[in-house]
Amino acid sequence: MCGIFGVMDKRRQMMDGSGIREALSTMNERGSGEGAGYVAYGIYPDYRDCYALHVFLDNPCESKGIVDATLEQWGTIEHDEAIPTCDQPGLRANCTPWRYFFKPDASLAPGSATPEKDVVTNLVMQINAGANGAEVVSSGKNVGVFKSGGAGSWPEAVADYYRIQDYEGYLWLAHNRYATSSPELWERPDPFNLHDWSVVENGKTTTYGTNRRYIESFGYNCTTSTDSEVIAYAIDLMVRRHGLDIDLAVRALAPPYWEEIDQMPEAEQKLNRALRFAYGSAAMNGPFTVVAANPDMMVGFTDRGKLRPMVVGECADRLYIASEESAIRAMEPDVESITRPAAGEPVIGRVAP
Amino acid sequence: MTKQVTIDAKGVHYTPLNQQIRKALEDGADEVVVNNVLGQRFIGDGLHGDATIRVNGVAGGDLAMFMSGPTIIVHGNAEHAPGNTMDSGKVVIHGSAGDAVAHSMRGGKVFVRGDIGYRGGIHMKQYETQRPILVVGGSAQTFLGEYMAGGLLVVLGLDGVMKAREIGSGIHGGEIVIRGDVDDACLAAGAKKVPLTDEDRTRIAPVLREFADDFGLDPEPIVNANYTRIVPASARPFAGKYTWE
Repeated sequence: MCGIFGVMDKRRQMMDGSGIREALSTMNERGSGEGAGYVAYGIYPDYRDCYALHVFLDNPCESKGIVDATLEQWGTIEHDEAIPTCDQPGLRANCTPWRYFFKPDASLAPGSATPEKDVVTNLVMQINAGANGAEVVSSGKNVGVFKSGGAGSWPEAVADYYRIQDYEGYLWLAHNRYATSSPELWERPDPFNLHDWSVVENGKTTTYGTNRRYIESFGYNCTTSTDSEVIAYAIDLMVRRHGLDIDLAVRALAPPYWEEIDQMPEAEQKLNRALRFAYGSAAMNGPFTVVAANPDMMVGFTDRGKLRPMVVGECADRLYIASEESAIRAMEPDVESITRPAAGEPVIGRVAP
Repeated sequence: MTKQVTIDAKGVHYTPLNQQIRKALEDGADEVVVNNVLGQRFIGDGLHGDATIRVNGVAGGDLAMFMSGPTIIVHGNAEHAPGNTMDSGKVVIHGSAGDAVAHSMRGGKVFVRGDIGYRGGIHMKQYETQRPILVVGGSAQTFLGEYMAGGLLVVLGLDGVMKAREIGSGIHGGEIVIRGDVDDACLAAGAKKVPLTDEDRTRIAPVLREFADDFGLDPEPIVNANYTRIVPASARPFAGKYTWE
């Protein structure tokens, strides 16, 4: 199960979190009340040039000292503070959410085309792999993840705990978790984020082991045993480091069946065969619907057998992708178009430059 | 004189909403109008009798599950699995519906004016006089009639190209009737095409007329169109795959 929801405004008009909270809560039946989360782009305009690191600290004393020291090795902390929270009955906080606004030292990744992002990737991997009581849950510019796990983590409680109605973003993803393992961990529910990219997923890939080994061979460390984490890293690898267009990256993750490739025109066949050979270990099987986003786009796609739902809504400048139509109509009652795209047809919305 | 009850579903969770609908029927309502429905699940589930329930809005998952008798008319779309294991009665959806429409249906009728998602009619079944019917006005998606064990599934494709592939994967009972030709490449293992005989046409014509009547369509072009009939190639399509004898 799980319920997912994404909304993007093509002209970067801001939406506060209250509508997203309402949309996600229409799909409460899809979750088990043991995890929910939100991610929004555009929320930190005052620190737009800094990487915003959202970190879960086991305690703000020892754990924070370790994070401070690691960040100072890799760059400069412009500002840091506790993320404002508001206690909710029934939601037990087992960590302290903290945020850093951080400028990485680009000279520490010589020869990289994207040195700042390499630095951020490295330090996220380093902090998350260590037994230091700290987990970085988001690390991009002008973006932040707000999530929690454990009993009482229903979409409304998580939204109210972080007061997401106080944040304004032009692109939001949200996730309501039906926990199948480790429900108590706060870093475990979606969304997952690594600098630009965020991922929410409804499903369970059966290729997790293969995909994880593949992505770890490129230096990513998977610490949460969750497929969404692997998907976020795989997209970062293919799009940022290998330079693939997003539609090709999606086709690598959810490729057409060989029999379908056999029916394609020759040039298409060649491209699809090459993708399947090059990224065979990244291809995902099992049931899933994924919605991923970066500062410029939102993309949704399902597994090839279409074992999970995906509904797409469009209304003026807004693009919606959700598990259920009711979530879209909760936010946009007069939505102009509702479609259910076929498996293997990625839905890509781009923000105007 | 008919007794009508109107219920406002705005902001109401599905449990109290379905309790209100059930109560209205117990109190003798012939017609229940439910307004402002937004994804509430399980509407009409397990209800008996011959009342009519009108749903205005988007009906949530498992509409009319285990229902035995009533008629549900949805002015809007429906989510996944309307008609799930339905026993008898009728569901009329004026919009489109999600995946697994008529899942394991065992009797009655489900009519959808628009499109349906993947796995429409999955494991529909029949027994003696119980014979479920699913008719789709628009298009159906892949794995149509998957593991179908009985009943009648009709897809009219009135709004454009039919997208389904792997039609009748594992079908071992019942029949799938699709307007127009169906490419052999779209049939799954276990399914085969046969001509629609005059006898077949006479048999399904009343169903098509009822569908046209429910949605205000001209029945003649629908009744007289060309159809492809898809039936099981054998009663045990996977005999050689899952068993060793």
